[in-house]
Amino acid sequence: MRRRDFLRGGASLACASVAGSCGAARAAEPARAWVGATIWLGDGQIIDDATLVTNGERISALAQGASVPSGAQVMQAHGFILTPGWVAVETALGLLEIELERSTLDAEPRADEHGEPIHAAYSAADAYNPLSSLIGVARREGVTNAVATPRGGLVSGTSAWVELIDHFPGRALVREDLALHANLFELRDNSRPLALSRLRNALESARLYARSPQAFDQGQTRELGLSPLDLRRLSQVLGGNLPLVVRVARAADLLRLLELGESYQLRLILSGAEEAWTVAPQLAAARVPVVIDPSDNLPTSFSALNSRRENAALLASAGVPLIFSSFDPYSVHNLRQLAGIAVASGASRSSALRALAFEPARAFGMGNEYGLLAPGKLANFSVWTGDPFELGTWAQEVVIRGRSVSTRSRQNELFERYRDLSRVPRGRAGLPPADGQTKR
Amino acid sequence: MVLSMRCRPRWGAFGVCCSVALGCAAGIHRGPLPSPPALPWESQPAVVSDVESPQIALVGATLMTGAGSEIPDGVVLFEDGRIDAVGPRSSVKVPAGARQIDVHGSYVTPGLIDTHSHLGLFGVPGLTGNDDGNEATRPVTANVRAADGFWPQDPALPRALAAGVTTALILPGSANLIGGQGVAIKLIPGRSIEDMKFPGAPPVLKLACGENPKRVYGERKQAPSTRMGNLAGYREVFQAALEYGAKFSDWQARQQTWQREQRSHDKPPQPAPLMPPRDFGLETLLGALSGRVLVQMHCYRADEMLGMLELAREFGFRVRAFHHAVEAYKIRDVLAARGVGVSTWSDWWGFKLEAYDTIRENLGLLSEAGVHAALHSDSASLVQRLNQEAAKSLNAARRAGVQIDRNVALSWITSNAAWTLGIEQQTGSLEPGKMADIVVWSGDPLSVYSRVSEVFIDGLPVYERGAQRATDFELGQGAELGQPQERKPEPARPGATEAAP
Repeated sequence: MRRRDFLRGGASLACASVAGSCGAARAAEPARAWVGATIWLGDGQIIDDATLVTNGERISALAQGASVPSGAQVMQAHGFILTPGWVAVETALGLLEIELERSTLDAEPRADEHGEPIHAAYSAADAYNPLSSLIGVARREGVTNAVATPRGGLVSGTSAWVELIDHFPGRALVREDLALHANLFELRDNSRPLALSRLRNALESARLYARSPQAFDQGQTRELGLSPLDLRRLSQVLGGNLPLVVRVARAADLLRLLELGESYQLRLILSGAEEAWTVAPQLAAARVPVVIDPSDNLPTSFSALNSRRENAALLASAGVPLIFSSFDPYSVHNLRQLAGIAVASGASRSSALRALAFEPARAFGMGNEYGLLAPGKLANFSVWTGDPFELGTWAQEVVIRGRSVSTRSRQNELFERYRDLSRVPRGRAGLPPADGQTKR
Repeated sequence: MVLSMRCRPRWGAFGVCCSVALGCAAGIHRGPLPSPPALPWESQPAVVSDVESPQIALVGATLMTGAGSEIPDGVVLFEDGRIDAVGPRSSVKVPAGARQIDVHGSYVTPGLIDTHSHLGLFGVPGLTGNDDGNEATRPVTANVRAADGFWPQDPALPRALAAGVTTALILPGSANLIGGQGVAIKLIPGRSIEDMKFPGAPPVLKLACGENPKRVYGERKQAPSTRMGNLAGYREVFQAALEYGAKFSDWQARQQTWQREQRSHDKPPQPAPLMPPRDFGLETLLGALSGRVLVQMHCYRADEMLGMLELAREFGFRVRAFHHAVEAYKIRDVLAARGVGVSTWSDWWGFKLEAYDTIRENLGLLSEAGVHAALHSDSASLVQRLNQEAAKSLNAARRAGVQIDRNVALSWITSNAAWTLGIEQQTGSLEPGKMADIVVWSGDPLSVYSRVSEVFIDGLPVYERGAQRATDFELGQGAELGQPQERKPEPARPGATEAAP
């Protein structure tokens, strides 16, 4: 039996194992048990002094006093809070490196196309890079999964459900073509009626295509104006096989989209939704999930004049399924701060927690496996030193499919390199002493 | 404390506050460099009447002074715009006539200061008609002034105030090598910038190195298109400023000779020597060279900041602070030794190559090394949570084993920020004699759950929770048509805010 401190100077999780090493296990994950933790299940329920047991990549038991299998690694987790791994949605995570360096951008076409094109077959899965430097920064703050999402154009393409694993190669892509994403916010070339008519036309074409793809292939249909792959993808949103996520802000646009959703039987998710609080009852009645940034409160455009900080609280209390996003891929790590902001602005703690994992997993059709800590679900969770929404806590451990993953990024390496400036070379004025620990 | 402790700035002919407390820190430099006549906008005496504000005592809160200390169950007493006394309840006698506000359970801090803001310049909504932040028509525009583009009805302003921000440095954008002159404001509502200017704040010049100028002009196939071009551009204009100054020196000498000759009647009457044509941009640069104008320089990379310090040495100016400066931690020893400040974010990174090496311990390491470190927003959204960003930086430092006191974290957005603007004798801490710029918080300001209950600027109550003043722009825009109704304002007593959930 041996113990290890997870972090110098901080509180430590004690790890004790009869079987042997407590280091991150490879291959088959051994059974592990976190004992005595406060567990925020993800749906709003909280269990104090509980035990969570994992076996392989799944949770095998979760309860107060759940029995720990013999041979399991036991983590004394008193004083720690366990939550589901956060799910980052509406993010270009893994699809770009440096926003202003076009050569690193895969979140949207690199050429400046005119007229807000329809790219239904544009698939995030074709670009997702599990080694992107953005991923470690997000994972360090408890993000275990993302809906990697393309952007731009009228129809941006399909997203992918990914796991923020720390090893390569590995299974980062869990499901591709997860949802189709469209954009009706701040259109550059299209007015609203033009954009919506083009979207309707595309859906009509897709319907025609779906009736007989063979007829289309044999040139027996009228000109549909889109490629077969685009048509196939669009046809999947008809009837709700694939969610259609639409970026939209203005209250009137939200209502218009609800009508569109009804007429084509779409499984809508509305995103951005700065003015959603003004039409909360309609959204709740339509059971349409809404993705917002709860820190938004500025009238940043004439489409979002009624943006206000209470958006989250008002939507949640109206019963709208609520999801939080930072949208900006470089601030995915701030998801938990956004939840804190929502709570400070009147949202309940349970609705804020649901918005980080449970609701996004459910909205994107991954709720069977993700978003809730319960026996049988995948063991994707974080172990927090305290209230995860607070600014003075951190994730002591992040677990993906039962395995402790790295909470380091290149930012940590930079910090360590420059922690002691006497070790930094400065030409002839001073080279650092030869040191086996100097990295790279 | 007694009234005689107060600073009552007097106003000199050049709008420069020369009180004892200020020690003429902001005074016109009388060094070896030539001085053309005062700039037109500086030659008018700044008319700032003494503020009349009621005598108020905030009683019972935990005071975080911004100057490094924390006082439980404290009292802040202020009147007529200035703080009279700060201390534990037992040591501060509250005069009988003072309005006592029980803020037990709350926290009180100095008003927050944002050292890098474009509020009112890049107003919201972000429309063409509001886009007044970059005079990107040539790479050096030292003659333009943020004050001239400032829109006092920017809806972002009352939101920043509601987040406890009482002072901000409004800067031109960073498209240009020299973007123009900044202006320090108080976030007190007014009809024009003249109502909002921070009295006695030193003039500021905004410079930008790195990717922005070379991208903006490079895309137009103009200079600068490289970092080499950036530095060449700086050298050209600073040299021009020196030569311009020399012309004035020459003119001044000739004028003195002329006056002497006219008085002594040695020679027949001659016309006075002609003053050289004036160039207000070059005069502003001369002000920067003389130290009268504070240089605030947008710069990300460590090597580039060191390069700018070499440039500063060549021409003999000082950099007050590097802004953004995400790599400042790499050169914190140099910055500390040379007294150069840093204004940066807690965690912005990656959006461009020069922002790639951000670390979240930056501020902690800078403070540990003794650098004047401040946390800025550069954003109409982030300015509304400066306290949270400071808390995040504090946490990142602690997590990495850099021991930083929580009151140091507060100084990043109060006293250190005031130093960056050159107004540290006036505001930025709860100390007798300072301006009564004060924020009452519902709880610990470093908690995500705490909200601003009340804000005072110059001792005047300018904000109360739930009573945010809509700007002209927002009136009648339909917010009130939405459902459900606005939440009721909190009770008037600031201590009666919600408990942290």
